[in-house]
Amino acid sequence: MKEPLIFEYSRPGRRAPSHAPGAMASLDDLPAEVLRADPPVLPEVSELQVVRHFTRLSQQNFSIDTHFYPLGSCTMKYNPRVCNRVAMMPAFANRHPYGPEEHGQGFLHCMFELQEMLKAVTGMAEVSLTPMAGAQGEFAGVAMIRAYHLANGDTQRRQIIVPDAAHGTNPATATMCGCEVVEIPTRADGDVDLEALRSVLGPQTAGIMLTNPSTVGVFERNIETIAALVHEAGGLLYYDGANLNAILGRALPGDMGFDVIHINLHKTFSTPHGGGGPGSGVVGVSQRLQPYAPVPVVGRKNDQYVWLTEKERPQTIGRLSAFMGNAGILLRAWVYMRMLGAEGMLRVSEYATLNANYLMARLMQAGFQAAYPERRASHEFIISLKDIVRQTGVNTMDFAKALLDRGFHAPTTYFPTLVPECLLIEPTETETRQELDAFVDAMIEIRDLALSDPQEVKRAPLSTPVRRLDDVRAARQLDLAWSENR
Amino acid sequence: MSDIPGNLRFSVNHEWVREEDDGSIIVGITDHAQQALGELVFVELPEAGQVVTEGDALAVVESVKAASDVYAPIDGEVTDANAALADTPELINSSPYEDGWIARLQPGDPTQMEQLMDAEAYELMLAESGA
Amino acid sequence: MPFIPHTEEDVAAMLELIGVKTTDELFQEIPANLRIAGPDGIPAGLTEAEVSQLAQQRAAGDGDVVSFIGAGAYEHYIPAAVWDLATRGEFYSAYTPYQAEASQGTLQLIYEYQSMMTSLTGLDVSNASLYDGASAYAEACLMAVRANRKSGSRRILTTGAMHPVYRAVANTILSNQGIELVDLPVAGGVTDLGALAAMDGEDFAAVSVQQPGFLGTLEAVDDITDRAHAAGRLVIAVCNPLLLAALKPPGSWGESGADIACGEGQPLGIPLSSGGPYFGYMTCSKSLVRQMPGRIVGRTVDVEDRPGFTLTLQAREQHIRRSKATSNICTNQGLMVTAATIYMSLLGSEGLRRIAARCHANTRQLVTLLSGIDGVSLLYDSYFHEAVICLDRPVAPVLEALSRRGILGGYDLSEHYPELGNALLVCATEARSAQEIAAYGACMQEVLAKTQVA
Repeated sequence: MKEPLIFEYSRPGRRAPSHAPGAMASLDDLPAEVLRADPPVLPEVSELQVVRHFTRLSQQNFSIDTHFYPLGSCTMKYNPRVCNRVAMMPAFANRHPYGPEEHGQGFLHCMFELQEMLKAVTGMAEVSLTPMAGAQGEFAGVAMIRAYHLANGDTQRRQIIVPDAAHGTNPATATMCGCEVVEIPTRADGDVDLEALRSVLGPQTAGIMLTNPSTVGVFERNIETIAALVHEAGGLLYYDGANLNAILGRALPGDMGFDVIHINLHKTFSTPHGGGGPGSGVVGVSQRLQPYAPVPVVGRKNDQYVWLTEKERPQTIGRLSAFMGNAGILLRAWVYMRMLGAEGMLRVSEYATLNANYLMARLMQAGFQAAYPERRASHEFIISLKDIVRQTGVNTMDFAKALLDRGFHAPTTYFPTLVPECLLIEPTETETRQELDAFVDAMIEIRDLALSDPQEVKRAPLSTPVRRLDDVRAARQLDLAWSENR
Repeated sequence: MSDIPGNLRFSVNHEWVREEDDGSIIVGITDHAQQALGELVFVELPEAGQVVTEGDALAVVESVKAASDVYAPIDGEVTDANAALADTPELINSSPYEDGWIARLQPGDPTQMEQLMDAEAYELMLAESGA
Repeated sequence: MPFIPHTEEDVAAMLELIGVKTTDELFQEIPANLRIAGPDGIPAGLTEAEVSQLAQQRAAGDGDVVSFIGAGAYEHYIPAAVWDLATRGEFYSAYTPYQAEASQGTLQLIYEYQSMMTSLTGLDVSNASLYDGASAYAEACLMAVRANRKSGSRRILTTGAMHPVYRAVANTILSNQGIELVDLPVAGGVTDLGALAAMDGEDFAAVSVQQPGFLGTLEAVDDITDRAHAAGRLVIAVCNPLLLAALKPPGSWGESGADIACGEGQPLGIPLSSGGPYFGYMTCSKSLVRQMPGRIVGRTVDVEDRPGFTLTLQAREQHIRRSKATSNICTNQGLMVTAATIYMSLLGSEGLRRIAARCHANTRQLVTLLSGIDGVSLLYDSYFHEAVICLDRPVAPVLEALSRRGILGGYDLSEHYPELGNALLVCATEARSAQEIAAYGACMQEVLAKTQVA
């Protein structure tokens, strides 16, 4: 059943009045030219209609709470309920961002602890919590690298090196920071091509953006050599550490030679994805970048927790949000990390890696082609369907849609782009072996169907609230907002 | 297999160029390029009077899954753009070499035309790239 | 083991299938000298009960206070249904709606959100939201520079009456691309129109103006808009969306309306929560849609011709356009937009207008009360739901004394506006009761009586 738009339930004069002040106060003292002549068109509905409508909408979503969701590079692990409950406790939820420090010691204490714990798992000298998403963390990282070079008089260092497998945000960020992007190829075994790296390093190099395990799901074994080469050339290393699941408690980006890292808390530390955000892209920096970290940072002075701002950090790249970033998300991550403790963090990497390697082995056993069969999977791995596509005409997107009909959210499709017809699969540590087995069964079933009746696979999905949508029409005949006159 | 008319010149970026009798040139993207992009949903056109150097972004063609710059194949001044593409970008899909033309340029240096490929060379390039 | 479901039997069977003896072998590709035994300095794990108790203790230490601070984040009553619904697992634990067929709930909700925001702002199109008000403003500046091709200028005129931290954030984000924000001076709490007129001959990509301004006052938005357009500049409107139920929407400013509107979405049902997560909204006129950053949802049909929703115009975004994308932004603040859409549905335009009007009335009541006290005066007569009052002595010690009495008395303006003297920005939303407002007045009287004039 298709759920109507909330506007379609609206009737003039229908109200949910208990939520607003009972009487309309006067605005007569204000000049007429600043006031609104016609009211905005918002729905006029009852509270029950609102509850029913949004409950029904929610039921049209796949989510971690309802389905296995093995979306590679996104980490759809269980989001513990208690994290949300703590963040929504009235004392935390109602605290004004400009409330004085003495009325925020409890909150600041949690934030200070979070900074310390993040330092411990990254091996960095300092952490700033303010970036509001991974892309802002990346921005902060590259902006700090630029600020560092400029402070050293190295105005010509404007080139940022990225592997061709990198996520699109890397080059987009470099551009936003006024840098130029140089791409280097990835070798057939998944590691960075060192010769290609050597050939692009020079006095124009600002730095390199890498992730490890890399975008193709394997650990970059030459990381120390890469670090040495880039540092020798005068560049800095940026760790796109969006996802720490495979190394948590087992290796430190700081030890690998990285100067700056951003961490997507919604990946490793289980803060909610919320249908597309809010994220949190906290950054960690080495000693040499510490002066440039974005403010505010939480400090400690005479047993009191205090904000460190532009006054204490005159060389900072500045502020990235109106206040201090996504504080409520940071609190959720604090709860999760305090519950895990040191041992729990080791368990995250242990079982995330176990699940990924098990699922890869089972799929290979069933005849699916791993992109890097000789390598260990990290927290994720890639399957290429190119042979099945050639054989049957059923493509990766068809596979993805057919999975939806079998009760599984699809893995990430067609990313990274350098592996043809690929699925990037990340099971996470919170899934049972039985769930993984059921996923393998579904993959086998779809492949068998593709061989016997490819058209049937191409019809999928059949069980979702809508079937495949006309993207071309969506882009050509833009319909981006409902209006009364339709 | 894509269509490659013999009377045109081609760039490595899959633009085609047709020389007109009045000395101007017409620029579009090749059949191979439109196939690779898929159904087009939007074309950002250049404005008349815009002066471009070879390799400058002249237009942007956008499909659902990709957006790609169309580069100026030689230096010149834009004298006209195909306004029909604003509402019907799919003309590039249905008729890449005729109705789906993108811009008309007055060449700054007509000798640059010689650096462009002929149909045979372009076909060879496509074959070598596995297309 | 918290959150890990494996039994010993599972682990044994899985290791056997992989062909290794222990899980440690799975980490062999990490060079031995980089491997560590475990993270240092992380406390031992807590049970759910223990962590809840710890959080309770910490929160209790923050104390029970009544706040009269606004300055960009506002305390409003949030109906119970808002977060009850928004934290349903199907919203809370879903990813970005890339698989449209499996995400119609989120997609339709965003379409409804976009519809509400276009109506509130009086503009044609809305994106699915940005991070917060300040970063949305920075993105609006970038967008204006891209969009105003006729000007080609990399300068934006802004105003000292714009939130100072918004300007700071925009500077952080814009400066690396050589885009410059030029501040217009403030006169009488609003943008100095004479100074604006003096800039007429200069080339700027856009003029940005906040309504109401940071100091709570109301700008002459019609004049500013018309003057900007006459000079070939775009207009960026920064507005509190809740107040747009009562104030003239940016799309109706001047002869032809503002071009881009953006701002902080927090007043629409989002808790204060020490500053985030909030969401930034952005709307614009149709002609600028391809320059807009962030996700956008469109309505289309499926193969059976049934209506459905999908992300559209994705070719502008970083995952396709890479270094040529409109922005590096990947996320919207999906969960916050979910709450805001539910909030706006419950309140409707009448409810929002009542809240806005009550905020104005409460602030007027507070200001009247405070300015009746010896040593307190109102600085600007015209304001919406925040106002500047001046004290006869430094603000900080007074705020401290009020805070000891459980009242957060406002935002001290001395750091960003030293020229205003001992100035304090106060705000009383609809969430403040008449008793609380009276208590503030009484405390202020007491504090001023007890402390010396400096």
